[in-house]
Amino acid sequence: MSREKSFHLLRTTVALVIAMLAAFAVIFMVSDTPIESIRLFILGPFSKPRYIGNIINTAIPLIFSGLSMAVVFQASQFNMGAEGIFYFSGAVISLIAIWVPLPVGVHQVVIILAAAVIGALIMLIPGYLKAKYGASELVTSLMMNSILLGLGSYLMTRVLQDPMASNGSYPYLDTAKIPVIIPAFKVHYGLFIALLCVAAVYVFLYKTKWGYEIRMVGINAKFAAYSGINIVKTIIIAHLVSGAIAGIGGSVESIAMHTRFEWNGLPGYGFTGALIAMLANNNPVSVIYAALFVAYLSTGADIVARLSDVPAEMSTILQSLIILLIASERFLHSFKQRWMERGIAK
Amino acid sequence: MRELINIIFTAQFLHSVFRVTTPILFASLGAVIANRAGVANIALEGIMLISAFFGVFGSAATGSALGGFLIALLSGLICSGILALFTLYYRANVILGGIAINSLASGGTVFLLYLFTGDKGSSTSVASKTLPEIAIPVLKDIPFLGDILSGQNIMTYLAFIMILIVAVFLGKTTLGYHIRAVGENLKAAESVGINVKLTQTIALLLSGLLCACGGAFMSMGYLSSFTRDMVSGRGWIAVAAEAIGRSNPIITAGASIAFGFFNAISTAASTVGWASSLVQTIPYVSTLIGLFAFSYKEYLKLKKR
Repeated sequence: MSREKSFHLLRTTVALVIAMLAAFAVIFMVSDTPIESIRLFILGPFSKPRYIGNIINTAIPLIFSGLSMAVVFQASQFNMGAEGIFYFSGAVISLIAIWVPLPVGVHQVVIILAAAVIGALIMLIPGYLKAKYGASELVTSLMMNSILLGLGSYLMTRVLQDPMASNGSYPYLDTAKIPVIIPAFKVHYGLFIALLCVAAVYVFLYKTKWGYEIRMVGINAKFAAYSGINIVKTIIIAHLVSGAIAGIGGSVESIAMHTRFEWNGLPGYGFTGALIAMLANNNPVSVIYAALFVAYLSTGADIVARLSDVPAEMSTILQSLIILLIASERFLHSFKQRWMERGIAK
Repeated sequence: MRELINIIFTAQFLHSVFRVTTPILFASLGAVIANRAGVANIALEGIMLISAFFGVFGSAATGSALGGFLIALLSGLICSGILALFTLYYRANVILGGIAINSLASGGTVFLLYLFTGDKGSSTSVASKTLPEIAIPVLKDIPFLGDILSGQNIMTYLAFIMILIVAVFLGKTTLGYHIRAVGENLKAAESVGINVKLTQTIALLLSGLLCACGGAFMSMGYLSSFTRDMVSGRGWIAVAAEAIGRSNPIITAGASIAFGFFNAISTAASTVGWASSLVQTIPYVSTLIGLFAFSYKEYLKLKKR
């Protein structure tokens, strides 16, 4: 491993430790039984097979959103649109999952492909506006999130809503569902789809011309332009790929974890995806570990919230803190200097 | 449609335009000051949310609206101070730092809300105070115009006065000159002895104070309690308004008022029975279109050269 890479690993670890310590401090301040709460937070997620399965199932959508963010981040594009796409693709594919009868296998594939197309088309808007006209993709994608939420809930109330269900769509057809692999853990087959996507994004980013161009534009757009890379095209491709992954994520999450469409608001995967991409240094393979770690944190926070007196939002606070530390170039900077210099001296 | 047009020409509707413009205006002026110093403040949304929260709980703790307002200002100051610390001194990416503050605000306020009230939705159980509405003598007696302009919340008047204050501050004061110099050419400003980091820090803090005014208005004027994620995108709309106004306080204010108008339309349209889920998207659609139109114009200008 190069010194640069091992430094990134070290820095990430230190940031995580500091964030965990901060979480303990918060627990000590708010909990009546702090030691017990901390024990639940740390060890709770491993105490039952169901909880371990829960970590993996929580990690699956996070792998998709992390990958989606990693692709746009690699091109230095700050697009937070994965959030809205997760929700909206979930709503639209519900139409297929409820009303289009197809054989098992084909049904899931059609749903996932449709979601990928929807996601890519949605991302085309902020992507094109940024690449061609320079409109801030951060702002346009956030506006799109709110618009998609409105469109999705319109679809829900006008079409999907089951009058017999208190708050959900008509149930999905059985042929559309993604089954669980091992019943005791309740882990579903979406895991393999997520891993497949990781492999595909890895190959795309590191073994194809387009992937290379995306990374070059991300490192230095001006230089990339001088060396003949079409920046407009590259930025749009990064957005399309990112949108397709987010769309797939939304559809897999819907038909694997739900029996009907029941999201009332944006599910929050977009922001967490940004965190995961950062933890993973935008590397698709590392996204898996980062997603598992964040899933572990939020499972721990959920358990503490259920069995103790600390609200589950603690995991959001933790995540924000981790982002702040990792995003800080100067964090552990003097250590990095010495570490790199020693490497050169050898 | 006719019903909606009828509503638009009522004094009540025009009164509401000023009301809903207020938080956007405060935040966009905050964005102007930060951007003029060369640091994009992406955390407007989060700072507003946090100060909305502390305004409510501050006013309940001190038993006075003024106390709540001051605590809201303090919380906005601390928040933007943290942002300045990480982005300027620890060199965090401005956008990622802002995203972190926004999410900290969203999760942190719900966390604290639950601790204080046992409720994750709103603070209605807390006896908080609201900032006063002011009837302006003479003006209030003029028909129609009085109904529109008088009786607004004190923060609404403050927001519109702030347009001038910010314009004068940036254009005529020494600190304002320094801020603009740093934003336009960092190296040149440094070479004439301006403390760049300090100037940028001050700009971020001022921007935080303006956001805090917007946040305090949200929970102590616009509504009389705190509800989760109550800022709901207004900070981002302000970012767009600032971009369209190209950091000019007057034009930015104009863009904010335009977005405020669409915000008010959205509320009015839901009262005449349009599908609320679609109507709620009007402010965001208008922002998207506004930003597109602005970028397209800039693009054409660049192309001509």
